[in-house]
Amino acid sequence: MSATSTADTPTFVAKTKGGRITDFVDQRVGGSGILREFGRKVFPDHWSFMFGEVALYSFVILLLSGTFLTFFFDPSMAETHYHGSYLPLKNVEMSVAYNSSLNISFDVRGGLFMRQVHHWSALLFVASIAVHMLRVFFTGAFRKPREMNWVVGSVLLILAMAAGFTGYSLPDDLLSGNGLRIIDGVIKSIPVVGTYISFFLFGGEFPGTAIIGRLYMLHILLVPALILLMIAVHLFMVVVHKHTQYPGPGRNDGNVVGYPLGPVYAAKAGGFFFIVFGVIALMAGFFTINPIWNYGPYDPSPVSAGTQPDWYIGFVDGALRLMPGTFGDWHVEQVWFGQVFSFNVLLPALVPAGILFTVMFAYPWIERWITKDDREHHVLDRPRNAPTRTAIGVAGFIWYCVMWAAAGSDLIATHFHVALNDVTYWLRALFFIGPILGFIVAKRVALALQRKDREIALHGRETGRIVRLPHGEFIEVHAPLDEYKRYKLVGFESPSPIPAQPNEHGVVDRKEKRRALLSKWFFEDRVAPATPAELAAAHGHHGAHEAIDATADQKTLSH
Amino acid sequence: MGNHSDGSPNHSGTVATAGQNEVEKFQDPGIPPHRLRLADTDPRAAKRAERQVALLFGASVVGTLIFLVAYFAIDLGADSSIATIRLQNTLLGIGTAFAMLGIGTGIVHWAKALMPDHEVSEERHAIRTEEDRQAAVRIVDDIVEETGIKRRPLIRNTLLGAVALAPLPALAVFGDLGPRPDKKLAHTMWAPVDGKTKRLTRDPDGTPIKAADVTIGSAFHVIPEGLNELEEGKLNEKAKSVVLLMRLNPESLNPSPGREDWGYNGIVAYSKICTHVGCPVALYEQQTHHLLCPCHQSTFDLTQECKVIFGPASRPLPQLPIAVDDEGYLYATSDFKEPVGPSYWERDEHERNINS
Repeated sequence: MSATSTADTPTFVAKTKGGRITDFVDQRVGGSGILREFGRKVFPDHWSFMFGEVALYSFVILLLSGTFLTFFFDPSMAETHYHGSYLPLKNVEMSVAYNSSLNISFDVRGGLFMRQVHHWSALLFVASIAVHMLRVFFTGAFRKPREMNWVVGSVLLILAMAAGFTGYSLPDDLLSGNGLRIIDGVIKSIPVVGTYISFFLFGGEFPGTAIIGRLYMLHILLVPALILLMIAVHLFMVVVHKHTQYPGPGRNDGNVVGYPLGPVYAAKAGGFFFIVFGVIALMAGFFTINPIWNYGPYDPSPVSAGTQPDWYIGFVDGALRLMPGTFGDWHVEQVWFGQVFSFNVLLPALVPAGILFTVMFAYPWIERWITKDDREHHVLDRPRNAPTRTAIGVAGFIWYCVMWAAAGSDLIATHFHVALNDVTYWLRALFFIGPILGFIVAKRVALALQRKDREIALHGRETGRIVRLPHGEFIEVHAPLDEYKRYKLVGFESPSPIPAQPNEHGVVDRKEKRRALLSKWFFEDRVAPATPAELAAAHGHHGAHEAIDATADQKTLSH
Repeated sequence: MGNHSDGSPNHSGTVATAGQNEVEKFQDPGIPPHRLRLADTDPRAAKRAERQVALLFGASVVGTLIFLVAYFAIDLGADSSIATIRLQNTLLGIGTAFAMLGIGTGIVHWAKALMPDHEVSEERHAIRTEEDRQAAVRIVDDIVEETGIKRRPLIRNTLLGAVALAPLPALAVFGDLGPRPDKKLAHTMWAPVDGKTKRLTRDPDGTPIKAADVTIGSAFHVIPEGLNELEEGKLNEKAKSVVLLMRLNPESLNPSPGREDWGYNGIVAYSKICTHVGCPVALYEQQTHHLLCPCHQSTFDLTQECKVIFGPASRPLPQLPIAVDDEGYLYATSDFKEPVGPSYWERDEHERNINS
């Protein structure tokens, strides 16, 4: 600590300019310890680690472009008449918010570009978070000690969706107004307090004159502040835990193999920010997003066909579409004790999203309980090496996708020239069958890939070279793997089910029995990694046509 | 198996802890040998990579210039057309993309081709020592013990009660976010004021509609007379009172008892606000007499008093009772006989009040 005093360090003098600046800063504010810790910190490298980076960078771009937009946007719902340069809407009555959004698009130079950058990066922000979470799930990166960071990430996903939705509604155009109308309808279906919440949110009856201003405050202050906070916690925990790494030779739970932060990793990650920005700029320059001038101002009477929410809200909208309101003459909406229970709205709006998010939040603890795995994991699982987890993930993903597709049921019907009702019936069936099929297929595929890995580890890779043996038989020559490649295929764990174990009183309680059942379900289908003994046996038995390396085609072939 | 001869520096923990049968496992061969890149061995390749990086940075400068030119040279005057704006937008996009991708790809290429690419291994350190862990648990236990909260349930329970109630004022201050709902959702502008009924007028211009104008098969988007003249809350009223007016062959309508005189000569008016979540039911299929909500595809059958025949809505669309006045204009004889739009908790109660 006393090292900040110059008198204590007379011997060391920085020789380079960069070194002198570092020393200058350090002698005043300290921080050499931090630099020493992080300057050369090792980060593993893999393309799939970039999704989180994409999310972070698109958030930075959102902050930059959003700040620009706030300079021109006016979130008032007061009535005005349009006098800007977009002639088709000349003199049309509209809210000040819509008017200022049009002015940003047509009368502020670069405003349309900024709007498009903002909207595209918002879509990319949620998408990259979702893909990042899929990566984390399928590789088991959520396991101890990272369970809490998984929760923080899940909170970030919800916050990102909230940020997206509040922003989507701000221009007060016809499309987003209908989105708010749907939200209002969903809120009103909440028992007991729904009507009150709706009146409080909208400052009276829908649409009122308050909602845009309120959403604006949430969108530019509260939600981004929470996102920033959560990102800080998220990254702090990444530093505490150090990054996970994919399995491979030289990598284990006790080390990190990769590139040092400075310079390689910092350069790659820093450069990647500009690449993300550049790609978003390309999209903003070439692809129109949310052309609010085509929709017109919000008016409760008109609506355009083929209306779509932004993609991340789609799964809730799709669930709303899938739920039947009547079964024959039986109404799903019920009046009990003189009060209305709109199950046709309430169930699809809350239950699927509720199940998805609850399972998502709880999954690390569920798996931990089933597998009794309390060890720290820093080496990722290849998805195939955890077949049941992969299958669970695929089932959830398909369930989500069915609902998401349902949000476009009308577009599916018009694009593929099929009946809208049939699309809905099929999707209703898939809502239940899809996840089950997905589970079965994904699990079988994972097990098949594991067997394939075994095959390659034991018998080598196919060289594509066909050799004809003296007696006329054709064989394909297999080349053995080097030990590094082989280790990647065999260096994984394949746990077997853990039977029920008695507790401290020597009793196997019912909960433990259930756990044992789940453990059996989780691990009973397994492919063990190939062992050295098996490799030796494989070579011994019919080593002839696989022990040949690629150049040794003169070798006698006996079979 | 233990003395693997390649002198692997990594005496692996994973392999040892993975299973009980350590002997059965392949040994971790360690980090694969580093392979040199072309630029590491060939100075000309390194020089070439250096030039490529510089070229990419140069492309970034060009992109910045494109952006500035597009920004200043294209002026959005009062008479600028959509095409101009689109052109400017595209050029700004290209400029920014070049500027950013130039820097980004340049740096990444620099890092990949020229910076050291030797993978290194670093030890992971435990997040905390076993000693710290036990000490922390003990400290927490001591703190809890010293407060005596477990031994004094009276203190604990009153504290829990107080803490549970303390946020109530924070909720209460949000009580003025909006007015109480009262019965606002139960009534619309169609209700006659001082005995004066309201004519059906066209949306959006507000001109009244003659029964004779409504031919069989036609559909009108209707707002109540006087809506456009409202000073305040126009959209609120419109969100409840918009109506679809259609004329069918009178034989194909099957009015239920008590609703025979709600239409006029095959002309009927139904609320346009979907009973699902409130989107406008804007699509009328003339041939099938179906009304379709484009948001969630609820389908209502006009010949069965707008009963739900498909989709997530559960209730029929409310019908507006209409008649023709002396001048031949359509008017609403009363308000809707039930609340319009999406269901809400008190809806049934409101409906009973309207009809009593």
